[in-house]
Amino acid sequence: MEERRINVVVNEEPKSVDVEPRLLLAHFLREVLGLTGTHIGCDTTNCGVCTVLVDGLPMKSCTMFAVMVDGKSVTTVEGLGLPSELHPIQEGFREEHGLQCGFCTPGMMMASKALLEENPNPTEEDIRWGLSGNLCRCTGYQNIVKSVLWAAEKLRSEAGAISR
Amino acid sequence: MYPSRFHYEAPRSLDEAFGVLQAYGDEAKILAGGQSLIPLIKLRFAAPACIVDINNIPGLDFHEEDSDGSLNIGALCRHRTLERSPLLRSKYPTMSATAPLIADPMVRNRGTLVGSVCHADPQGDWASVMLAMGGEIIARRADGSERAIPVSQFVVGPFQNALAQGEIAVRARVPAARGTRTGTYLKLERRVGDFATVGLAVALEVSGGTINRAGLALTGVGPNNIQCTAAEQSLAGKSLNASTIEQAARLAAEAAQPKTDVRGSAEYKRHVVYTFVTRALSNRQASAA
Repeated sequence: MEERRINVVVNEEPKSVDVEPRLLLAHFLREVLGLTGTHIGCDTTNCGVCTVLVDGLPMKSCTMFAVMVDGKSVTTVEGLGLPSELHPIQEGFREEHGLQCGFCTPGMMMASKALLEENPNPTEEDIRWGLSGNLCRCTGYQNIVKSVLWAAEKLRSEAGAISR
Repeated sequence: MYPSRFHYEAPRSLDEAFGVLQAYGDEAKILAGGQSLIPLIKLRFAAPACIVDINNIPGLDFHEEDSDGSLNIGALCRHRTLERSPLLRSKYPTMSATAPLIADPMVRNRGTLVGSVCHADPQGDWASVMLAMGGEIIARRADGSERAIPVSQFVVGPFQNALAQGEIAVRARVPAARGTRTGTYLKLERRVGDFATVGLAVALEVSGGTINRAGLALTGVGPNNIQCTAAEQSLAGKSLNASTIEQAARLAAEAAQPKTDVRGSAEYKRHVVYTFVTRALSNRQASAA
């Protein structure tokens, strides 16, 4: 069985692992590294629940092979914040009830992270476009948008506090 | 589902990539963005023995105008880049309108225009845009020679392209415009990120109110992307007015070969083609005035 050594930084920790080329990034994260916060939903590149950041950009980890992140940095929801120290996006989802069953939430939050980095002051429409690749089968979009608006405001006020 | 096993190569140069292609022949498959190929491999509709991942080859992620005024888009230029491109926004309105309508943000971060055209999905948006703009795919061989294949000949059938064994599609090219480019891409989707129920690419090259070249192509209403040759010819040399617009819309609707499916009836889709052409050209008329 062919294996290749990949060197990848996952949530700021360097990893060096032998993987089969056909191993999907989503399976690598969940099954090899045990990072089960990244979910797998549709398996057909539609739903976005497997979204992680690869070198800072949101990508569908079910539609990349693990070998393709050799030399790159990957951030999963586990790298977003800690239970004791939530990221403002995670706080926003809690404050605004941005989740019902919670299955789409990791993907939603990772896509939101990239969205807010590119556009710290989004309109509701910007958020809906930015999250258009993430499906919520509870159809809880209204509160998801509110959560991201909440996080944007918190992040802006934090940035303002630092610059002062 | 797990893909079947394959051998993986990630060459660092085109020369290395050609070496792998020679070793594996038609068992090798080029992987760029992978947003169409990987889903096919996962569903085991495709099971290449060797994947040649070109993402580590420098010099393929670009889009720029040549000194002769043609636009070149490298094989690793992502939809994301095109969506944010000031060059496309200022000079290539049809492409600028298309990029944000490709799939969804995550797919756009990874997928490429050249890969999309090579994949030759009849539902692909970029192939229609390239048809409307008279675009071509530049295929390169191991000896460094290149040939330009017009997209009208490049897409030879559903999921089939005209690349010969041992060739790599290294870039797409859009020839220089005769006049100012105007145009748009209109896409009717059931929901954001879906394939087109109907897509229309309009690319006009205009000077002094006269259309020097008209390009119209359709997505989602036939076994392939359809170039509306009769509609294009009816507009060439004319100016936009109610009567030329109506004629072009009628000819484009006649060129469509829609089928009734979950996205709508054949009759409905043909009607959308007529409406889209009218709408796109009427907006151009307004913006030119």
